[in-house]
Amino acid sequence: MLRTSQLRFRYDGGPSFEFPDVVCDSRQHLLLLGESGTGKTTLLHLLAGMLKPTGGKVEVDGQDLTKLSGKALDRFRGARIGVVFQTAHFVQSLTVEDNLLLPQFLAGKPVNKARAAELLRRMNLEHKLKQSPRALSIGEQQRVAIARALINEPAIVLADEPTSALDDKNAAQVIALLEEQAALTGAALVIVTHDQRLKDRFANRVTL
Amino acid sequence: MNLFKIARRNITVKPLNTILSLVLLAFGVGIISLLIVVENRLQDQFDRNIKDIDLVLGAKGSPLQLILANVYHIDVPTGNISRREAERIMKHPYIESGIPLAYGDNYAMHRIVGTTHAYHEHYEVELTEGVLFDAPYTATIGAAVAQTTGLKIGDTFYSAHGLKDATDVHADHAFTVVGIYAESGSVIDQLILTPMESVWGVHVEEAEERGENPEDEITAVLLKKKNALAIVTLPNLLRETNMQIALPSIEINRLQTNFGIGMQTLRAIALLIMAISFVSVFISLYTSLRDRRYELALMRTMGASRFTLFALILLEGMLLTLAGIAVGLATSRVGLLLLGDMVKDKFRYEIADMALLEGEYLLMIITIFVGVLASLLPAIAAVRIDISKTLADG
Repeated sequence: MLRTSQLRFRYDGGPSFEFPDVVCDSRQHLLLLGESGTGKTTLLHLLAGMLKPTGGKVEVDGQDLTKLSGKALDRFRGARIGVVFQTAHFVQSLTVEDNLLLPQFLAGKPVNKARAAELLRRMNLEHKLKQSPRALSIGEQQRVAIARALINEPAIVLADEPTSALDDKNAAQVIALLEEQAALTGAALVIVTHDQRLKDRFANRVTL
Repeated sequence: MNLFKIARRNITVKPLNTILSLVLLAFGVGIISLLIVVENRLQDQFDRNIKDIDLVLGAKGSPLQLILANVYHIDVPTGNISRREAERIMKHPYIESGIPLAYGDNYAMHRIVGTTHAYHEHYEVELTEGVLFDAPYTATIGAAVAQTTGLKIGDTFYSAHGLKDATDVHADHAFTVVGIYAESGSVIDQLILTPMESVWGVHVEEAEERGENPEDEITAVLLKKKNALAIVTLPNLLRETNMQIALPSIEINRLQTNFGIGMQTLRAIALLIMAISFVSVFISLYTSLRDRRYELALMRTMGASRFTLFALILLEGMLLTLAGIAVGLATSRVGLLLLGDMVKDKFRYEIADMALLEGEYLLMIITIFVGVLASLLPAIAAVRIDISKTLADG
């Protein structure tokens, strides 16, 4: 689960943001809506521990991220937080399978090929296991990215505009998979977006 | 899945980016390694064959040629000297002992040298088979001669006039192989030794045509001095004769000084290539790093620490360097085999030894060290990647 309080952030010599407190429990969904410039991505990076807030707290799975730093923060992020970005990026030199095993290795967990295969099967992409991620379509890439975010069974999944690069059909498919698989893993799902197509789908919304 | 695998895949996925670094590195390491080996082997050979020969007595001419001809058997002799006069020098109170040499013929490019048992005793060469040459036209052959010609005990052969070709064969005197020397690494490996009488006997007719007695002539004497004054006294004694003495150590030293300039130039070029290759490693890592910033930031979101990225880039640099060393040393050994055949044909020296030399271990250590240095800056750049900014900029 995720909980923030009095979260503030200020860029060096740049804009500063104050964010409303948000809460999202396991298997719950939260939609963070906002136009460009409202600090959506900043908030997501704060939630993922990729930025250090100027003030306030971010609690993931009972752990205050602002109290962690260095290697401990990296480890925690790898093990408990899954992130899906607007466009899927991969380590290009590795196969789809190895890209899925990478978070396990980097988070210091045992490498479990069966879990990678299982997740890919759930994404209907099991036949792409040994291919290069470059050989996938954009929609397929985003599905692999979801599988990658879930492979370490994180406490929360953060998605940054996961559908904005996709057409309606792919967007619907990706968001459905995201919801379904996050719930199956028991993770809280936080989606940051300005995509109007997602608005009506989620009851739990916060507008920035 | 481990860091090594990721590094290996990163290097091999776009081979064009890394092949230039690899080729340059391999080239630099290869040349330097080859230089080290050739220098070392030649030095070895020079030292081994000089072995306590203080002076060489022979016909006037180039002193270096005298040494190369009579100590190493890689040049033609400067001429013949009078046996009687040579014996007088051998009995000089400043001289301890002398090994007379008389030659001018070959069998299959191997020199047939008339001498005494003192010659092989000096180099401490043992027999592997048969007995020592004794009667005229008996021959004890060096290990390399036995190997290349296939001559065995009891075989006979005819000598050919001159030291290289086999056009003018002395068909009236057959030599019989009575023994084979063990391999010693000395010049004896390449020679056919026989009593001086055989060499004189073969040339009896030619000498008589000129009205000379062949037994009056020998080619050279390898001398061991009793007193250091021999070096200053003997040249005075020889002034009125057609003889001279030369010091192997001084001539070889002079040869190496001249030789050395070429070696130094080669070494400088090789070092330059190495330097360029390290710049190339650095550029290749750095550009690949720039292309992969997003990937590396992504790895951080998946739990990689700054140190993980540092280690990854360093590992990539290390793999490149090690591959360069491996390819370079392999190239040097192939080059050594080719060069070895050439040197063996021309100078009758064995240089093709595949074992790594001390200098090459040092070369490897230095190369690895500089490889680390070249990877360090890109690795530090990887450490400093700002995850949030990199990912937000896409």
